[in-house]
Amino acid sequence: MIVPFGHLLILAGILFVIGLFCALARRSLIMILLGVEIMLNAAAIAFVGGSLHWHDMEGQTIVLFIAAVAATEVSVGLAMIVHVFRKTGSFDPVLFDLLK
Amino acid sequence: MTLYTALFYLLGALIVASTGVAVTRRNLVHAVVYLILSFFGTSLLFYLLGAPLLAALWVIIYAGAIMVLFLFIIMMTRADAQAGPLFPPGQWIPAAVLGLLYLVVGSLMVLAVPETGAELRPAVAAPRNFALHLFETHWLSVEIVSVLLLVALMGALYLGRRRETDVSGEEP
Repeated sequence: MIVPFGHLLILAGILFVIGLFCALARRSLIMILLGVEIMLNAAAIAFVGGSLHWHDMEGQTIVLFIAAVAATEVSVGLAMIVHVFRKTGSFDPVLFDLLK
Repeated sequence: MTLYTALFYLLGALIVASTGVAVTRRNLVHAVVYLILSFFGTSLLFYLLGAPLLAALWVIIYAGAIMVLFLFIIMMTRADAQAGPLFPPGQWIPAAVLGLLYLVVGSLMVLAVPETGAELRPAVAAPRNFALHLFETHWLSVEIVSVLLLVALMGALYLGRRRETDVSGEEP
């Protein structure tokens, strides 16, 4: 035995809330994207735990796709951040309020 | 308490601590490096939970590729350190209150459901079995993800190209 399944879910929940806080409270586009990464990481932990709990490999399969989606999101997000940085010279999301 | 249990709590504490430190750094490079530590911890946790292939992929993709991409962008743009308060009070108070509320409600829900008290027993999904399962039942999803990555590549190239007209100030 390792631990109760609930403790794993609570660990994933704590990580998710830290990521949520980072994405909501920081005033920097890079930190917002990092917060989203932390949240995806927390979801992956919950999926792997569920995969072990039910002895089913579907959970691990989904984690593989989470990694692919995270890579996609980061590449497009960082390209947009570089675009914004060229326009405004800052990572502050408040300065970029025109979708032009 | 078995060795596995002790390892789980140790890893959990390490992951939460390094993530918390990363979130509160003012310097973006430091934040990214602390997050790399956090993702290494996650990878070890995956190994503990019986997913060795995912543990390796997590080091390669998350701690490796994604975080290095962040580092490249931070070093490429060379923004000045953020002035003013790290967490503007108007933003962090609602975020913290909402986050804590969700955490409390979620923990209560998890502890109230009897099934979540079941102990996890160690088991390992061998990489060979995992790969066979992936490509036998989810081959279509793998193809769709590859198309998604291609589209992301094209989107990033389109967004990231430098327009000559921006420099001279003329619209095309």
